[in-house]
Amino acid sequence: MATAAKIGIGSAINRVDGVEKVTGSARYAGEHPVENLLYGYIVEAAIAKGRVLSVDEDAARAVPGVVEVITHLNRPHVAWTDHSYQDEMKIPGSPFRPLYDDRIQFSQQPIALVLAETFEAARYAASLIEIAYETEAHNTDFDVALDEKYVPKKKRSGYVPPKDRGDAAQAFADAPLKVAGDYRLAPEHHNPMEMFGSTVEWHGDGSITVWDKTQGSQGVHAYLASVFGFSKKKLRVLNPYVGGAFGSGLRPQHQVFLAVLAAKMLERSVRVTMTRQQMFSHAYRPQAVQSIALGADRTGKLTAIRNAATTSTSRYEDNMENVVTWGLMNYDCPNADAEYTVAQIDTPTSADMRAPGAATGMTLFEIAIDEMAYAAKVDPLEFRLINYSPIDAMNGTPYTSKALREAFREGAEAFKWSERSAEPRSMREGSELIGWGCATGMWDAQFSKTSASAKLTANGHLEVACATSDIGTGSYTVMTLVAADTLGLPPEQITAKLGDSDLPTAPVEGGSWGAASSGAAVQLACQAVGKKLLKAAGKIAGEPLGGAKIEDVLFEDGCIVLKDTPTVRVPFGDAMRAADLTEIEEEATAAPGFGDMWKGLHKSKNTHSAIFAEVRVDEELGVVRVTRIVDAVAAGRIINPKTARSQILGGVVMGIGMALHEETFSDHRLGRWMNHNFGEYHVPVHADIHDIQVIFVDEPDPEVTPLGVKGLGEIGIVGTAAAIANAIYHATGKRVRSLPITIDKILE
Amino acid sequence: MNRFDYTRPASVAEAVQAGTGEQVRYLAGGTNLIDLMKENVDQPTTVIDINRLPLNAIEELDGGGLRLGALVPNSDTAWDARVEQRYPLLSSAILAGASPQLRNAATNGGNLNQRTRCYYFYDVATPCNKRKPGSGCGAIGGVNRIHAILGASDQCIATHPSDMCVALAVLDAIVQVTGPEGDRAIPIADYHRLPGDEPWRDNTLRPGELVTGIDLPAEDFTKNYTYLKLRDRLSYAFALVSIAVAMRIEGSTIAEARVALGGVAHKPWRSTEAEKLLKGQQPSPQTFSAFADALLAGAVGQCKNDFKIPLARKGIVRALKQAAEATPQSQTDKRIA
Amino acid sequence: MSIAVNSATYAAMPIGRVPTKLTINGETRTRAIEPWTTLLDLLREGEDLIGTKKGCDHGQCGACTVLVDGRRINSCLKLAVTLDGADITTIEGLGQPGKLHPLQSAFCDHDAFQCGYCTPGQICSAQGLINEGKARTREEVRELMSGNLCRCGAYTNIIDAVLDVIGEQV
Ligand SMILES: Cc1cc2nc3c(=O)[nH]c(=O)nc-3n(C[C@H](O)[C@H](O)[C@H](O)COP(=O)(O)OP(=O)(O)OC[C@H]3O[C@@H](n4cnc5c(N)ncnc54)[C@H](O)[C@@H]3O)c2cc1C
Ligand code: SF4
Ligand code: FES
Ligand code: FES
Repeated sequence: MATAAKIGIGSAINRVDGVEKVTGSARYAGEHPVENLLYGYIVEAAIAKGRVLSVDEDAARAVPGVVEVITHLNRPHVAWTDHSYQDEMKIPGSPFRPLYDDRIQFSQQPIALVLAETFEAARYAASLIEIAYETEAHNTDFDVALDEKYVPKKKRSGYVPPKDRGDAAQAFADAPLKVAGDYRLAPEHHNPMEMFGSTVEWHGDGSITVWDKTQGSQGVHAYLASVFGFSKKKLRVLNPYVGGAFGSGLRPQHQVFLAVLAAKMLERSVRVTMTRQQMFSHAYRPQAVQSIALGADRTGKLTAIRNAATTSTSRYEDNMENVVTWGLMNYDCPNADAEYTVAQIDTPTSADMRAPGAATGMTLFEIAIDEMAYAAKVDPLEFRLINYSPIDAMNGTPYTSKALREAFREGAEAFKWSERSAEPRSMREGSELIGWGCATGMWDAQFSKTSASAKLTANGHLEVACATSDIGTGSYTVMTLVAADTLGLPPEQITAKLGDSDLPTAPVEGGSWGAASSGAAVQLACQAVGKKLLKAAGKIAGEPLGGAKIEDVLFEDGCIVLKDTPTVRVPFGDAMRAADLTEIEEEATAAPGFGDMWKGLHKSKNTHSAIFAEVRVDEELGVVRVTRIVDAVAAGRIINPKTARSQILGGVVMGIGMALHEETFSDHRLGRWMNHNFGEYHVPVHADIHDIQVIFVDEPDPEVTPLGVKGLGEIGIVGTAAAIANAIYHATGKRVRSLPITIDKILE
Repeated sequence: MNRFDYTRPASVAEAVQAGTGEQVRYLAGGTNLIDLMKENVDQPTTVIDINRLPLNAIEELDGGGLRLGALVPNSDTAWDARVEQRYPLLSSAILAGASPQLRNAATNGGNLNQRTRCYYFYDVATPCNKRKPGSGCGAIGGVNRIHAILGASDQCIATHPSDMCVALAVLDAIVQVTGPEGDRAIPIADYHRLPGDEPWRDNTLRPGELVTGIDLPAEDFTKNYTYLKLRDRLSYAFALVSIAVAMRIEGSTIAEARVALGGVAHKPWRSTEAEKLLKGQQPSPQTFSAFADALLAGAVGQCKNDFKIPLARKGIVRALKQAAEATPQSQTDKRIA
Repeated sequence: MSIAVNSATYAAMPIGRVPTKLTINGETRTRAIEPWTTLLDLLREGEDLIGTKKGCDHGQCGACTVLVDGRRINSCLKLAVTLDGADITTIEGLGQPGKLHPLQSAFCDHDAFQCGYCTPGQICSAQGLINEGKARTREEVRELMSGNLCRCGAYTNIIDAVLDVIGEQV
């Protein structure tokens, strides 16, 4: 029997949830139809720090349709220990508790929730609430806070303390070539397109169903159970579609707390959706300053790396990121030291945002590296190769794989880097200076314990399920492809289910571990189904497979096929019927360390990328256009080249935003973000995005994760802004060390 | 958004009759009014939906000009064949603003009357003299990257955000209004005002007055013109500084040149006095620079927006060059000519 | 709350609500609508047409783009009552699973989305752009699609998809 090209791992198929998305039938958290729904509208604090003295809600309550106004004064009982509010991300400190007491810890903190029969009534009533405050002195100015920066005593899980080597201070002092400076990143807000929303269905029997915008249904499930004392069985959290998150949905956000609180108090179904302005009332990428000092000899060999960074956090939690380690890992240099501190400001706790730590630390570091290349009069790409470290230079451990050299080669070729003229300001067309820059990107290849189930029915339909999320990352499609690959079924016969706290356990979707982990779990579950199938086939009269072992067969076109004699094929249905099975269901867990992963136990696991950028700068007017990007990515095995490419494109676009646009401005007198909307917080639009080429470098790596997959959600953003900043330098001869590079900075 | 009475008059007379009263607002495209109402910045007690009024045509005027109906959408105005041919500067300026969707809804009358994008004006939790007289100006000493460098007062440093109006200023447009006291024709230069000590007043429209149309006098600025908009991203962002230029060149000298700036003041900024420096001159960087200095005389920064002064100076020179060379700025090709 | 409406047609309407006739995706519906309800909220909360998305509610993102009498607008800034008699097309009206509109197919084939939240707005906007007939080149399409943000950064794929469809129609 002739077979069509097998669809499986490596096939560039269309997203399996695409039709739902393009027809508008995919329902996001705030869109689930529920009977007798109440709408909640959040009222926020106008001051940055202090106390609520009184809340005048009379006028609000008088609005027809208003059912309740909830504040700290009348809320029902909620948990009171910090521990109860601690979520999966485990940031040390005392987590924010909405409507807990009269304390105000940041501007825009939710202080009341208005519930009404219509959205419009709730919105109007919210505008009528008058709050009297007692204000306390606050500080939102990071530069002021730097005076009191510190190393948190309790480290956040996942935090990697930098390891020094050699004597960097001395080496720097002795270095014939030096670069030193402060590099800065402005605060950024995630601003996923879908605003945080939750729909809570009150079933009347004490149980609730919650559709929540989150990156982890089970994380929210655990949070709600512990905060509100729900028994786990009475609670189900769903997030089948998530309109982007980029890290802002790693921790439960306050709208889900408020919606459940209201549902519990009023015994009704409730929906709470934040406004875009309110999307600035929680997670943001910390503001950062990084003092980098590099020393090199005259040939361009690095002799000293000194890297000290501080990022912003709140007064109540110590958010930490891995900011300073990347440069120390990536470059071969005998002397290196680093230091990482945080500084408190009166804002919500900063949060993970796409490639947390690396997007900041590696990007800023790569600007400094570029400066050093110029100081040494070495081509920036050549400089990176001269100082290339095949091993993790900070930990002294080998990588499971590092095809960065290949990435540089393939990227440079596609970009035509060799045609670059070395001198800054040497390329010009009309009124525009042209600049070419490059940078390295780096991220962790992570893997997280994940379970999945697979259920095959006799009609040949396979359902795979896992509580992971698809926040645009393509998880539905990845799970489908892995299942198709493992059991040899066409994708049309496979349904992937996710985004449901009732499904087999998965961690919150983030850090790019999703595909590697849920993919591996799905593969294991499908393999288990395959074994059952083979056993069932043994019941067929005459044993056509002749007692073959699992190693002797493969699964193809819905049949078990003898490897040695491919003409011998047993359809799944025949096998199941013979064993009197209507379905086969298996669950499996992929935990770190199985398969070939044990070989990689003591190795470093990272993705790498080589980014090339072309900018055209109208120097006089400060206008920058990013006309070309080539991003060559070494990220192990690619499950679906189509969705994988999109992941990188998305990261690159956000990197362009980081380079040129994104910045949240605070009025420090008021302690308040002022451009808290999509009109004045600028993200790239269509006109800003030109040609982006994505290359996946061949990088087989069986040790990194069971499927050899390293993950792609973050790597696209890391270093992109550096390539652009470096290209701007090449174009103009002007070095800008603080991102974003807005018009004013070029004019300066 | 507060509760309000909604009326939908069928004639201009009815509209004007309904239009008197403190908190009465005409609703055209709604792209600014509804935005502000959702933020509780504007809280009208009566909203008069003027969309059914017969003010939605572009008509020829005696003497070769055009009358743009107040309710003609911005996009229809920009893409009207007559406007494209006779007033390409206006088309260009409109197309540089907002987004296609917004331009489809936004009307000419609404564009004239749109309010500032000052962050503080938009956020009712902060002080703002324009929104709440006497509460102070949050922008002074605050986040004022987008604020005025010219004509500001110690009570308000807001800018008028329109692109269209900058072109109208150069074209010497005349705003036709009608109201309780009858019809008036207001030259565009007198339409918007500086904040002074009444920052809540954006323009000279009297209570209850309705804009019915905008007259464009017959002019021939079809060759030497440009609209150059400088902003924080390449589209869908308000101007940090924008420059509209219309010029007539006879032989090799500038017979007439008009220049207006957007994004720098509470109104489109123009100086006929300064324009005299261009008249009769050969186009040259020196002439253009001298003019830029004159137009920007008295410019002061507010710290975060200091950069607008050099940006405006360079932008003016470049825009004059574009106009003189008949290479107007394209609104799609973002390379600056 | 009293409402003054001058047209005799509306003389007998219930207090606070304005009877409004809207043709949505070919189906004419008459609704008594509060004047402060936007078209976007009416579609999403009143008609359960959740394909039209809310990304900002202030005209700053394009997620709420629908076609009114064939023209694309931001439904978040339109009071529904002002549209009496209008013909509205939302993403649900462009195509359905099994009967996709060419733009919808092209978006799938070009992977012109990730999270999918901006997608209905992008597609309606692209249809509006095609109706306008002003964009031919990549540059023009880019500029005239700039009213639709995509935070997932699917921009290049979106333009490819739109150009595919424009190309087919030329
Ligand atoms: C995200 C965003 C970006 C934008 N970017 C730009 C940009 O880059 N450049 C730019 O120029 N504009 C921009 N705009 C503004 C847009 O151009 C204006 O909102 C629009 O022109 C207003 O027209 P409208 O018909 O919608 O007015 P409405 O919102 O209906 O009315 C605005 C004001 O004018 C009054 N009014 C309306 N018509 C009349 C009349 N005939 N007589 C008297 N008063 C009247 C109203 O009472 C109201 O106070 C942007 C808007 C948004 C939301
Ligand atoms: S600049 Fe004007 S609009 Fe802005 S805060 Fe000051 S007074 Fe208000
Ligand atoms: S929701 Fe209407 S433009 Fe964003
Ligand atoms: S696909 Fe997520 S915002 Fe566009």
